[in-house]
Amino acid sequence: MDFETSDDRRMLADTLARFLAEACPPEKRATLAYAAPFHDHEAWSGLAGLGVLMAFIPEAEGGLGGRGFDVMTVFEQIGRALSPEPVLPALMAARLLLAARGDVDGLMSGEVRLAVAIGEPDAPWDLSDIATRAERNADRWTLTGRKSVVYGGNDADRLLVAARTGEGLSLFDVSPENAGVIGYGMIDGGGAAEVILDATPATLLIENAEDALNDALDHGRLALCAEALGAMDHVQALTLDYLKTRQQFGRPIGKNQALQHRMVDLMTEIEQARSITILAASRMAEGDRARSVAMAKHLVGRVATLVAEEAIQMHGGIAMTWEHPVSHYAKRLVMIDHQLGDTDFHLSRLMEDLRA
Amino acid sequence: MDLNFTEQELAFREEVRRFLDEKLPAEIADKVIAGRELTKSDMERWHAILNARGWLASTWPVDFGGPGWGPVERHIFEEEACRAGAPRVLPFGLHMLAHVLMKFGTKEQQDHYLPRILEGTDWWCQGYSEPGAGSDLASLRTTAVRGGDAYLVNGQKTWTTLGQHANRIFCLVRTKKDGKPQEGISFLLVDLDSPGIEMRPIRLIEGGHEVNEVFFTDVRVPAENLVGDENQGWTIAKYLLTHERTNIAGIGFSVQAFEQVKALARTVKRGGKRLIDDPLYAARLARVEAELEALKITNLRMLSNAQKNGQPGLESSMLKIKGTVIRQALNDLARRALGPAAGPFPAEALAGNLEIAPPEHARAAARYFNNRKISIFGGSNEIQRNILSKSMLEL
Ligand SMILES: Cc1cc2nc3c(=O)[nH]c(=O)nc-3n(C[C@H](O)[C@H](O)[C@H](O)COP(=O)(O)OP(=O)(O)OC[C@H]3O[C@@H](n4cnc5c(N)ncnc54)[C@H](O)[C@@H]3O)c2cc1C
Repeated sequence: MDFETSDDRRMLADTLARFLAEACPPEKRATLAYAAPFHDHEAWSGLAGLGVLMAFIPEAEGGLGGRGFDVMTVFEQIGRALSPEPVLPALMAARLLLAARGDVDGLMSGEVRLAVAIGEPDAPWDLSDIATRAERNADRWTLTGRKSVVYGGNDADRLLVAARTGEGLSLFDVSPENAGVIGYGMIDGGGAAEVILDATPATLLIENAEDALNDALDHGRLALCAEALGAMDHVQALTLDYLKTRQQFGRPIGKNQALQHRMVDLMTEIEQARSITILAASRMAEGDRARSVAMAKHLVGRVATLVAEEAIQMHGGIAMTWEHPVSHYAKRLVMIDHQLGDTDFHLSRLMEDLRA
Repeated sequence: MDLNFTEQELAFREEVRRFLDEKLPAEIADKVIAGRELTKSDMERWHAILNARGWLASTWPVDFGGPGWGPVERHIFEEEACRAGAPRVLPFGLHMLAHVLMKFGTKEQQDHYLPRILEGTDWWCQGYSEPGAGSDLASLRTTAVRGGDAYLVNGQKTWTTLGQHANRIFCLVRTKKDGKPQEGISFLLVDLDSPGIEMRPIRLIEGGHEVNEVFFTDVRVPAENLVGDENQGWTIAKYLLTHERTNIAGIGFSVQAFEQVKALARTVKRGGKRLIDDPLYAARLARVEAELEALKITNLRMLSNAQKNGQPGLESSMLKIKGTVIRQALNDLARRALGPAAGPFPAEALAGNLEIAPPEHARAAARYFNNRKISIFGGSNEIQRNILSKSMLEL
């Protein structure tokens, strides 16, 4: 076994960290992540320029990575900086385009922003309940249905949409101009959209798309776990610092054992979350990918919420304010559990696996 | 032992229900149920309606014009009011300052201020906390220096809830610098229109404006605005803290939140089934339900005991901890139930008639984040545990 990060990935992480620290400092994020388009076009181009999106594509396809650890490297930095850039939809779209053997050049250069529309109001996370229908007329496809909370959908050039044909789930390419796209911001920053499809013209990308969709979802879940880790590391550092500096009753609040024990419990939980995420990252090309990812997303979902709540509580009132960075990290940490399956959803997947 | 409500108590519940049915304006109740911000006039309107019925000063003794309710009546009223979506009665004037004046104020102060509190002429806010003095309130540094017939106040208060609507603030100020910090604090009433006061908004985690910072620069306060004796402020503050009147356990809120979450879990769909059919979610909800049923009884037991013995004990601390944990758990379940639909912000500003979450739940995540405050303010849950362990362990 070797737990060292490769030099290439370390370099990517360092470059990304420096870039995001400048492009997305907390004061700036507190406004730009909450006003349309809910991210920063300049930062987006900058990220692409650093090769961040190429890290999602294997070398054989003209990229620079494509492995689980590449995903983890990028998203830990996204989380640490709390970047609202729509990198997650780009990653999921990359997986789908690779499966479709489609062109990924525009995605890698950042010139084409893609969003992935899978979830629906009554089927937020589960492929089996997708109700959006695809109909074929001669060789023209149209889609009808509603996709809900499509991350990055408010500012996408193309939409990759999962819909049901008579046969099963397929993947389609839709131009946002042909769909009803209602964009909005999220409580934790960043943008999303409702996508209303009403006999909307679409191009078929993958006919039997279930495997490709699961692959994209699992990569997205891994990314969210890594993002949470980056954010948790940062929140842990802020909280530790606050316990040492905030004075009440004539001494640092961290002198109180009641807080000390909770602080060290957080550290242990975060290390557990890191381990399960590393495990999942290592299994992305293996047969037990789904199970490892379910474990990671289940565990991280629980820990991220705990870290958010404890960080606020141990800071006291100050972390309840918009002005203080912990409030924004806490919102992101909690809302990560609402994306691509929450802690209970993934626990259910594990339970099914145990029964099988 | 009989846990049934008496005939009289049941009749009282009916009376409260009828009153709420008839008098609570629907547009206000809708806002409360959906967790939307109330305007100043919404709150004033509801206070006036309650006052007309004689139920506004629910914690005041009959001598001062209160309804003479005991813990059971208060419990019933709170439960029904929350269920109906009535706004919370703001505690600062009615349940805090009024009791201070009744116990420590002069006859003149009582005659002047109490009617104004009832009639809503004065809107009071609470000026205790400072940037450097939160849990350690006694370290407060805002000073009041006596010169002739007035005090000169300098310093800063923070976290002042709804100060933007208030015309007056009651403050703890430092009037003596030597000796124990607790012994140099006084309780002062300040007119917010006085020259030298500046109020600035603080935006909270979910984006709302409900707290403020207040800066005092050479603010002249007439000496007659001192309550009690000079340097008696800490005794007054402690009197308020240990005589719990404000339904600290928040049972009514939790009962209402529980009903709301249960209804939501029966409508939301997951994996082709109702969310409530998911055993993991149902287990989360059932666990909180059992805790809440227990807390209702704990609350009534402890408040009845306290009333009988006339001796406030440690019940407020226990009720505060459990009450806030349960309320926060219910807020947590509401946002969980929505899945991705909990995220859009601010939910009610979304275009057109497109619903992402049911309107009464559109602010579930905002409410969850905002209510992280309830385990921090009014003596954090850690401070409550310190109070309990100090008295229990006697070490
Ligand atoms: C939304 C909101 C509204 C408020 N409204 C008002 C108001 O209207 N008027 C007013 O005067 N104040 C108000 N407050 C202030 C509130 O009372 C304080 O936030 C509270 O007393 C905690 O102080 P602090 O925030 O400075 O945290 P700190 O005292 O700095 O505490 C930070 C952390 O350390 C912990 N801690 C501190 N000391 C100990 C100890 N000895 N042992 C173990 N743990 C400890 C705390 O529990 C907390 O977790 C409000 C606060 C909020 C958030």
